[in-house]
Amino acid sequence: MLPKLAKRPTPSRFMVYLSPVLALFLSLLAGIVLFLIMDVSPWTALHAFFIEPISSAYGLSELAVKATPLILIGVALSLGFKAGVWNIGAEGQLIVGGLCGGAVALYFYEQEGFHIIPLMMLAGVFGGMAWAAIVAFLRVKFNANEILTSLMLSYVAGLWLNLMVHGPLKDPEGFNFPESRIFSDSAMLPLLHEDYRLHIGFLLALVIVGLGWILISRTLLGYQIKVSGAAPAAGEHAGFSTARIIWVTLLIGGGVAGLAGMIEVSGPIGQLLPSISPGYGFTAIIVAYVGRLHPVGALFAGLLLALTYLGGETAQIQLNLPVAVTGVFQGLLLFFLLACDVLIHYRLQFKQPALAARGA
Amino acid sequence: MNEADHLIELKGMTKTFPGVIANENVDLALRPGEVHALLGENGAGKSTLVKMIYGILKPDAGDILFQGQPVIIDSPAHARELGIAMVFQHFSLFDSLSVVENISLGMDKDVPMETLAEEIREISDRYGLPLDPHRYVYTLSVGERQRIEIIRCLLQQPKLLVMDEPTSVLTPQEVQKLFVTLERLADEGMAILYISHKLDEIKALCHHATILRLGKKVAEVNVDDESTSSLAALMMGEDLATIVKQDHGSYGEIRLQVEGLNQPAFDSTGISLDEIHLDVRAGEVVGIAGVAGNGQDELLRALNGEEKCQSHACIMIDGKHVGLLDPNARRKAGMASVPEKRLGHGAVPDMDLVDNAFMTAFHRMGLLARGLINYPKTRQFADKVIEEYSVKTPGSHVPAGSLSGGNLQKFIIGRELHQSPDILIVSQPTWGVDAGAAQTIRQALRELAANGAAVLVISQDLDELMEITDRIGAICGGRLSRFYPTSQMTIEKVGLLMAGVSLEGDSQDAA
Repeated sequence: MLPKLAKRPTPSRFMVYLSPVLALFLSLLAGIVLFLIMDVSPWTALHAFFIEPISSAYGLSELAVKATPLILIGVALSLGFKAGVWNIGAEGQLIVGGLCGGAVALYFYEQEGFHIIPLMMLAGVFGGMAWAAIVAFLRVKFNANEILTSLMLSYVAGLWLNLMVHGPLKDPEGFNFPESRIFSDSAMLPLLHEDYRLHIGFLLALVIVGLGWILISRTLLGYQIKVSGAAPAAGEHAGFSTARIIWVTLLIGGGVAGLAGMIEVSGPIGQLLPSISPGYGFTAIIVAYVGRLHPVGALFAGLLLALTYLGGETAQIQLNLPVAVTGVFQGLLLFFLLACDVLIHYRLQFKQPALAARGA
Repeated sequence: MNEADHLIELKGMTKTFPGVIANENVDLALRPGEVHALLGENGAGKSTLVKMIYGILKPDAGDILFQGQPVIIDSPAHARELGIAMVFQHFSLFDSLSVVENISLGMDKDVPMETLAEEIREISDRYGLPLDPHRYVYTLSVGERQRIEIIRCLLQQPKLLVMDEPTSVLTPQEVQKLFVTLERLADEGMAILYISHKLDEIKALCHHATILRLGKKVAEVNVDDESTSSLAALMMGEDLATIVKQDHGSYGEIRLQVEGLNQPAFDSTGISLDEIHLDVRAGEVVGIAGVAGNGQDELLRALNGEEKCQSHACIMIDGKHVGLLDPNARRKAGMASVPEKRLGHGAVPDMDLVDNAFMTAFHRMGLLARGLINYPKTRQFADKVIEEYSVKTPGSHVPAGSLSGGNLQKFIIGRELHQSPDILIVSQPTWGVDAGAAQTIRQALRELAANGAAVLVISQDLDELMEITDRIGAICGGRLSRFYPTSQMTIEKVGLLMAGVSLEGDSQDAA
């Protein structure tokens, strides 16, 4: 007969934290099988994927650059997921944040001053928040499922960005290419070291990790978020408004994602392009889960997932592997993580179950 | 007494669940025509035992003899084939189907609808179970729904009828009618296994009683030889202290006042509250009786602020309007509440007791310091509650969900009591709590009132309300009855109030 899932009385706490490591290990195993099928030496491929990118100082700095948006959004999404608010449209909020931040940069084009970057940051944060506010409004007012609305709004955001770089924000001297002007120096994030692309956005991500940690573990708001996610009725009994939690978590998620978008255009990219993110907003969902919905976990998970982006590029250059390998690895990791989590909370029961279909 | 007379005999039944021994070496035997009580507190293992009889659970060890033959009952269908029928505590009926359609769905064999309707009519006439086979289930009362389940069983002409706490959803009057039917069935030679923890019912109905405590059989007695208190002592294994109601006659000011509270139902299965008037004075314990699902939950949520009222003036705490305030603002004004459902409403199962202590106490106990949670202080508070209300737990670090129902209830009530509220509203204060702890909780509620608080108890346990309240009323279909001094009330009169019947005059015997 088919095995059944039986709930374990108390899932092991140790295993809950070990789960991401197990999932990573299983993804590597599956990766080896995958490479063998593709007729590539697994060792060379894994080396290219996971070792090569971080075997130089430049590689490490690139890792931090790619990890910055992932960590930022991962931390913010963790808060929402803990509250049971499923904002999966961080990609759209990132795009709108980047668009707003970029628009400010272009407005101050050929100006100098220290006010430009803070203004861009504010624009990015408010842009992302506004995008997420649509989701919060629809959810609170009409009980519209935030998974659908936030996801669909991501595509709308992408189209807006396209419209803007094809139209009003297009570089007037750019031979009609759908790109904005390259930002002036005052609109570019300061670099931490002149040889690398690593910018102060990474430090900002570390600050957000710290703030997120304090918020979730020490403040009343963090407590409310946890209670509302774990037992909504208990949250109402305690007097925490569900609507307020939905608004706050979505605004935080949107604001931070918008900030990440602004950091992308003002850091590594330096202008507005039709596409400003290789799916950071979606990958950050994996970051939040691999990081066990904990801000510090999101830091490590962000670095790991950033490595899959870098590794994908290296593998593409060195081994002619398709760039889709990055997506496959990310998918495998999430799949194995979820599978591990299921087996930590449930066990497979092969023998005849003690409970028949009908309970009383 | 000849062994061979037994219709069913269980020997050495044992069943364990992860971490719990639900039944350990339990014996039980029934003769045809006997009404046998299976008596025990919540969690004593009664349901587990009957689920093994009905083939829902498989015993780890033990033998079942049916009419002298050893049998292994591996499914409910097999149990029905042998002649065992069971009426569950929770019904499995489809609201949108008629009585006869519901019964037809549960049949093992195919019977034409009209024939079935005829049989239903016949049985309902014969056993005094009035029921129209073509009525839709959603139009029926709880008592009528239970009749469907009973008739469904009787259609199989069983030799053994198992009833799992059948009266928990009935008014006292409906209980009386049910007992007439059951006695009639026993007279015709059917064996009835009657599961309950209500001693009066067992005295009135049963011949023999098997008493379970913590999964073990502690006694089998002849019911006529025992008194309710000796049965209680067997069931609980200890003698109970009696509650002291202090001498009153003079209560203080009105602390909680409800004036014309109307509240629409918050979902399609909810009950709307209709013109609720209520006041509770300092020093007073007021009780609201009622059959489950008549608006108790809605009333509690309206009073504690989880559902805001339509006007500010309809609820007053110490004369101040609070109808539009949220639960925390009402807590600040001195009101505390304990909802009926502990896991997921009164407490968060996955959080530890420290976090759960913080949940409703952070304001009154000052557990927030400059916006941050003061964990050392919260832990102290949690530990104090655990100690004072003797909550059995390895410590305050364990998740609330790992505590037994009774211990969690002690913790939740302790959490509220320890904040010394001016008004306490509590729903089902001792449901599922062992007898000793129940008595501690009741005593604590009286003491809170004695110290000048107003206490409102919403409960389905009439004995409890009669014991601890000063005034009593009932809720039925979202409407509150008038309130009467408890000393002038009997269980029967409260039963009438629960059924929505108003008493003639103030103190005449209307039952």
